[in-house]
Amino acid sequence: MAAGVRSDTHRPLLELMLARLREFVREPEALFWTFLFPIVMSVAMAIAFPASRGQTVLVGVAPGAESAGLREALAQVNGVVLKEIPSDSQLRALRDGDVHLIVEAGTPPSYRFDPMREESRLARLVVDNALKQAAGRSDPWQAREDLVQIPGSRYVDWLIPGIISLGIMNNSLWSIGFMTVQARMRKLLKRLAASPMRRRDFLLAPILARLVFLGPEVAAPLLFGMIAFGMPIRGGIISIALVTVAGALMFGSLGMLMGSRVRTFEAASGLMNALSVPMWVLSGVFFSASNFPDAIQPLVQGLPLTALVDAMRGVVLEGDSLPSLWRELAVIAAWTILPFAIALKIFRWR
Amino acid sequence: MGDVELAVRCQNLQKRYGDVVAVDGLSFAVRRGECYGLLGPNGAGKTTTIEILEGLLAPDGGDVEVLGRRWASDERELRQRLGVQLQETQFTDKLTVEETLRLFRSFYHRGKTIEQLLALVELESKRHSWVVKLSGGQKQRLSIACALAGDPDLLFLDEPTTGLDPQSRRQLWSVLMRFREAGGTVLITTHYMDEAETLCDRIAIIDHGHVIAEDTPKGLISSLGAPKVVVHEGTLEDVFVSLTGRHLREE
Repeated sequence: MAAGVRSDTHRPLLELMLARLREFVREPEALFWTFLFPIVMSVAMAIAFPASRGQTVLVGVAPGAESAGLREALAQVNGVVLKEIPSDSQLRALRDGDVHLIVEAGTPPSYRFDPMREESRLARLVVDNALKQAAGRSDPWQAREDLVQIPGSRYVDWLIPGIISLGIMNNSLWSIGFMTVQARMRKLLKRLAASPMRRRDFLLAPILARLVFLGPEVAAPLLFGMIAFGMPIRGGIISIALVTVAGALMFGSLGMLMGSRVRTFEAASGLMNALSVPMWVLSGVFFSASNFPDAIQPLVQGLPLTALVDAMRGVVLEGDSLPSLWRELAVIAAWTILPFAIALKIFRWR
Repeated sequence: MGDVELAVRCQNLQKRYGDVVAVDGLSFAVRRGECYGLLGPNGAGKTTTIEILEGLLAPDGGDVEVLGRRWASDERELRQRLGVQLQETQFTDKLTVEETLRLFRSFYHRGKTIEQLLALVELESKRHSWVVKLSGGQKQRLSIACALAGDPDLLFLDEPTTGLDPQSRRQLWSVLMRFREAGGTVLITTHYMDEAETLCDRIAIIDHGHVIAEDTPKGLISSLGAPKVVVHEGTLEDVFVSLTGRHLREE
């Protein structure tokens, strides 16, 4: 048999993957969202957790000579931002949150603030302390402060692996689910079913094709975390890569299951939201899953996203070895194999 | 093993969708090397029949043999030897003609090269165009090229020229004639009389899910008796009207 005519049994799978990747890179919107999601989330985190530590308080002082001493005393205080506010607009500035506290000169000085506002109470303490020190108060002792700001145990460090896992879930579910529904709506599935294509290859191809762009998708927020927050990455690249791949295969498989029967985008969206939205809440991405009562813990721990989030935090933050994460990896494996087998069985080709 | 001289044999085929009987005791046979047409109005059961023969639908009753094989036992082999063009298939918009052909070609153990396929359907100049940029006729020729990718023994075509302009139809017919010349068998459904007359060796006229007449186009026309008017020689349309009292393209 001539070489050109010989068939290679892996070629159909490869061609299906190539078709999927070409379709993906030629769809600018799909590319945009895939890579934008982790970046948007990271930027949102940077805004929510600015690198400067501590909170600044905004303090209003009247302009003029009688307040000069006050302004001088407060000017050097850490965390205090002074604003000159004329007497007639001080109440308004307080109400609008332009300043947290108004200080009026006098002996003793007087403070105007709303005690219901957290920042105002904080501003009062800071200003009061600074003014009393400036007036010559001597403190009996200076407490030693032990600041818990260790990279790796802050909220932001804990959050980033969760966000990465969430991104893997979203991108896999939606891209694979929608692609499948679209091919069904265009009657392309029916045409493929009429060819000798192995049905398993068709289901496998988009799941495997997803792995190609997984690297940058996960590397971007990890690097962002390292650079912007000094987040330590304690696990090896290989462990992190394997957990990432396992997660993408799992959600690819689930996406395929979600897309296996439905005939419209609306039905697909409904199904995928029904699957993923509860996990946004339950799987401990934004707050610890241990907040949920013991009664539902078996459910929470058995969710695909919980397993991925826990495994991801394990390898990234703790440097856990893969064997020590066997429980999470077993859950991931089960959520990969079962949905794929069911999808293959119930897949609607028409 | 069935009759090796027959490409398709179907006997007393039945298919219903709920209360609607789509195919009702339909029987016919296609010889190897011939072009056989299923002619009938929309809703006559043509598509259901051809999809049963293509192994895409299971019949409720009756017996089907394709190339002497049965779907239940020989699906893998049959798929390698059949070419299929379906109504309404939309190929992926943003793949090129060549990429689409390469994908379909990869499913077959044997077959033509991409160059041969492009030449066969005269799409060489469009090989790098995205599917979405093709005209209706070009899309349909791509669909035929995908059906021919595995060098099939038998080609199923379901209304391949519906909605095409006259020039595109002729272009498509010439592709099919070339396939015939190379010894291929064709089963085609259509509701165009001129298409059936031009392409088919034999025709079955289908209405309400069963065959109401079967013959060569000439035989069907002459069965009406001598042409009534000298200038009007009688067409398949006349045959259909005389058999059913309706025109083919009503409804």
